[in-house]
Amino acid sequence: MASSTPSATIETGTWAGGKLPFGASFGKLMMWFFLLSDAFTFSALLIAYAVIRQTHQAWPLPDAVFNSVPFLHGVNAPLVFVGIMTFILIMSSVTMVLAVDAGHRYDKKNVILYLVLTIIGGLTFLGCQAWEWTHMIADQGVSLSGNPFFDPNNPIYFRPDGSPTGAIQFGQLFFVITGFHGFHVFSGVIILILVLVAAIDGKYHNRGNHYEMVEKVGLYWHFVDLVWVFVFTSFYLL
Amino acid sequence: MADLHSAQSGHEVAGEPHGTVYQRIWRPFLILLVVTVAEFIIALAIPDSLMPKGYKNALYIVLTIAKAFYIVSFFMHLRFERAGLIYAIVVPLAFIVALIAAMFAEAGYMAG
Repeated sequence: MASSTPSATIETGTWAGGKLPFGASFGKLMMWFFLLSDAFTFSALLIAYAVIRQTHQAWPLPDAVFNSVPFLHGVNAPLVFVGIMTFILIMSSVTMVLAVDAGHRYDKKNVILYLVLTIIGGLTFLGCQAWEWTHMIADQGVSLSGNPFFDPNNPIYFRPDGSPTGAIQFGQLFFVITGFHGFHVFSGVIILILVLVAAIDGKYHNRGNHYEMVEKVGLYWHFVDLVWVFVFTSFYLL
Repeated sequence: MADLHSAQSGHEVAGEPHGTVYQRIWRPFLILLVVTVAEFIIALAIPDSLMPKGYKNALYIVLTIAKAFYIVSFFMHLRFERAGLIYAIVVPLAFIVALIAAMFAEAGYMAG
């Protein structure tokens, strides 16, 4: 019985296996594709927001809703607090880039320093968001079923039974979309803490791949910043 | 196999950093900061009578896409990846942005 003969030709092209067609490691490539799928999720939410908002005449004015700053009670400061939040998130993106950059140089001390700063930035952002949500729910009375921002002289702000409402969907969309983003920030902080522990442990230093894990979690962190850019424009500016 | 190993050990994958620290990190950061400040100035300092809300919104979307470009291309390093990876990521994203912009502009017709 003839044994099977090995194939005469061995494929050697870019896609024949054993090579990196995209010039990126498997983990980094999969992180990119995960982020692309996550972008689909967020865009589904933002497209729903766009459609619902455009089909409702009665929509709260951002300047009137987001006008409070902690410790400055009763002061009308439209968009100031969200400006601070945006700045914090951009700064944490910069410290993340610096951590990745230090990893490329095998500079363990700076990787740890900038990872810690990034975690602090993420936690600060989450704290700001917690305050913003608390203020909206407890002080302003925004909920999933209504909000107080309406014009008593305009009939479009009243339900058929006569009870007043701003566009009900404002609270639903705001809490779901910023909540989903905040959940991503929270996950990012957890992952960053795990990566920090492993980096202190010297795990990535010994792999000899320029701290690629820091680079991958960095991709995730920048994506969270990227989503915030769109959430910020959609809810606070438009 | 040796090819794969050298690639996985990072010499091919990580590559050399492109440009100075200023070009790679601080210039994109400054651009993001300036664009964000510009958005606040448009939102707070320019009255709607001077610049109608429609124009403002168009400007916000353009500035947002500009910020997204700098985050993805510099912070996420995508512009220094191979063309295949760039197209695999950017082409679907471009369709998404077009759909979001279209919905903001057109969904009003559903209100009737």
